[in-house]
Amino acid sequence: MNGSNGSVMMDVRQLNKRFGDVHAVRDLTFQVKKGEVFGFLGPNGAGKTTTMRIVTCYIPASSGTISVGGHDTVEHSLDVRKKIGYLPENNPLYNDMMVTEYLKFAGELRGMQGDKLSSRIDEMVQVCGLAKMTGREIGKLSKGYRQRVGLAQAMLHDPDLLILDEPTSGLDPNQIIEIRELIKKIGREKTVIYCSHILSEVSATCTRILIINNGSPVATGTAEELTSQMGSGNQYVLRVRGSGPDIEAKLQGVAGVSSVSASQDNEWASVRVACEGNEDIGESLFRCVVDNRWSLAELKRERASLEEVFTQLTRG
Amino acid sequence: MQNVLAIFKKEFKAYFLSPIAYVFITVYLVVTNFLFFQGFFIINQADMRGYFGLLPWVFLFFVPAITMRIWAEEKKVKTLELLLTWPVSDLEVVIGKFLASFCFLGITILLSITVPITIALLGNPDEGAIIGGYIGSLLMGAAYLSIGLWVSSLTENQIVAFIIGVVVTFALFMIGNPFVTMVAPAGAVPLLTYLGLGNHFESVGRGVIDSRDIVYYLSVIGFFLFLNIRSIESRKWE
Ligand SMILES: Nc1ncnc2c1ncn2[C@@H]1O[C@H](COP(=O)(O)OP(=O)(O)O)[C@@H](O)[C@H]1O
Ligand SMILES: [Mg+2]
Repeated sequence: MNGSNGSVMMDVRQLNKRFGDVHAVRDLTFQVKKGEVFGFLGPNGAGKTTTMRIVTCYIPASSGTISVGGHDTVEHSLDVRKKIGYLPENNPLYNDMMVTEYLKFAGELRGMQGDKLSSRIDEMVQVCGLAKMTGREIGKLSKGYRQRVGLAQAMLHDPDLLILDEPTSGLDPNQIIEIRELIKKIGREKTVIYCSHILSEVSATCTRILIINNGSPVATGTAEELTSQMGSGNQYVLRVRGSGPDIEAKLQGVAGVSSVSASQDNEWASVRVACEGNEDIGESLFRCVVDNRWSLAELKRERASLEEVFTQLTRG
Repeated sequence: MQNVLAIFKKEFKAYFLSPIAYVFITVYLVVTNFLFFQGFFIINQADMRGYFGLLPWVFLFFVPAITMRIWAEEKKVKTLELLLTWPVSDLEVVIGKFLASFCFLGITILLSITVPITIALLGNPDEGAIIGGYIGSLLMGAAYLSIGLWVSSLTENQIVAFIIGVVVTFALFMIGNPFVTMVAPAGAVPLLTYLGLGNHFESVGRGVIDSRDIVYYLSVIGFFLFLNIRSIESRKWE
């Protein structure tokens, strides 16, 4: 099943988590449907990681229930963990292991063995672009490659639900774009929960977004729905002939631009540029397009900005 | 079972990924051989009692060094969150780690095989006593390991794990020692003597394996592995 009418993959009801005096998650209720790429968005300290730790059975809730694929996280913890692939925040890894050795270890703990495991590891190495790194020690890899190892581990057993907690944190812009493309590719077939405190990350990859603040939900919907719900700001929409990632990277460099997201449509890329403040940067964008000798089919300014919605909703 | 085996293999290999393992084994062999043969020629008896007699003291420092990293590192690097969100039970993880440390200690102990060989060349030792002594050493070592493993799960600092490991093991060793039992209330003496880690090794050191001593060591191992599981679970307590 696919799209917003699919059946429920994860069901969170009345979830609460307290750490002593800190009420990290408050009455959180939401569902993730099969096939969705679900954006879980909120500023630092909003309670995203805590929620995911409860989902993955690492810590229990103070109250409320979660079920994943019909299994309760408390009653059937092992079943839930089998269904989930998890990339924890900050991507912890066994630094003294080799890449393949680590994936083999993770696979064995997933109940995989022999040829099936080896061929699955090969596949993940291909998908995640790790082919040149298989014999390297994980502790000596760059951050971008470490992230790929983390992703490979999370997807190794072809999980029903893939949970990624801030998968692009600490990466440079090019690596962010690469990882984002990888996640988009994965998201075409899998149910993904993508946690981030950066709006553009989530709006570029996710089919639906839940914004939380101080542990409580504040808004949910598609990026368009959220934008039309409230707020106004400055955004530009461009149609440019060229490769999406390249255009994204170049436009990101234009003064006043806060985020860029591109989606490819044959040789044309539809690009959405959000800018800081209310300044008119149409001319700078046009110049950037001309300097790069791209063909331009469209350049228009849109008023509402998701960025502003997010800022308004999570202020204070 | 596959899970225990996977964890065992990973942890066991981890010992040999750094040169520390080789340094460790070398130092262990040099220290025990030196201390033993120093007295051996004075006493001039072809047995290993003197060697096994050293082990309760030598293990006091060597065993916490074997276990200090095993949980503390997972906590420090945060791989614990990875490990415990994979579909493995806490028991499987604890057993896998314990067996890995046990095999490492076992190899270290068995590499001292040069000692009985040397003795056999020089005299006519009682082989049964030597084999019994080795079995007893493994049992006692396993008990020390279970303590060290538990202590390692209490902290994310390896050095702290080492120091507390030494202290806890020493304390459990000392409660049955005459130093303590001499001043303890008379009623408590049998209990303290029974609980003392060292008191079950004397007969073992002579190569006599008493089932009560075996039960004692297995109980200590079971108890501390249980505490280890509880301490891993403690992240779930409010
Ligand atoms: N183990 C913990 N002990 C105490 N407070 C915690 C713990 N984990 C998280 N918190 C608190 O819970 C809140 C939510 O944190 P977190 O879930 O990490 O947020 P996010 O992932 O959205 O940035 C924060 O205020 C954080 O300080
Ligand atoms: Mg977080």
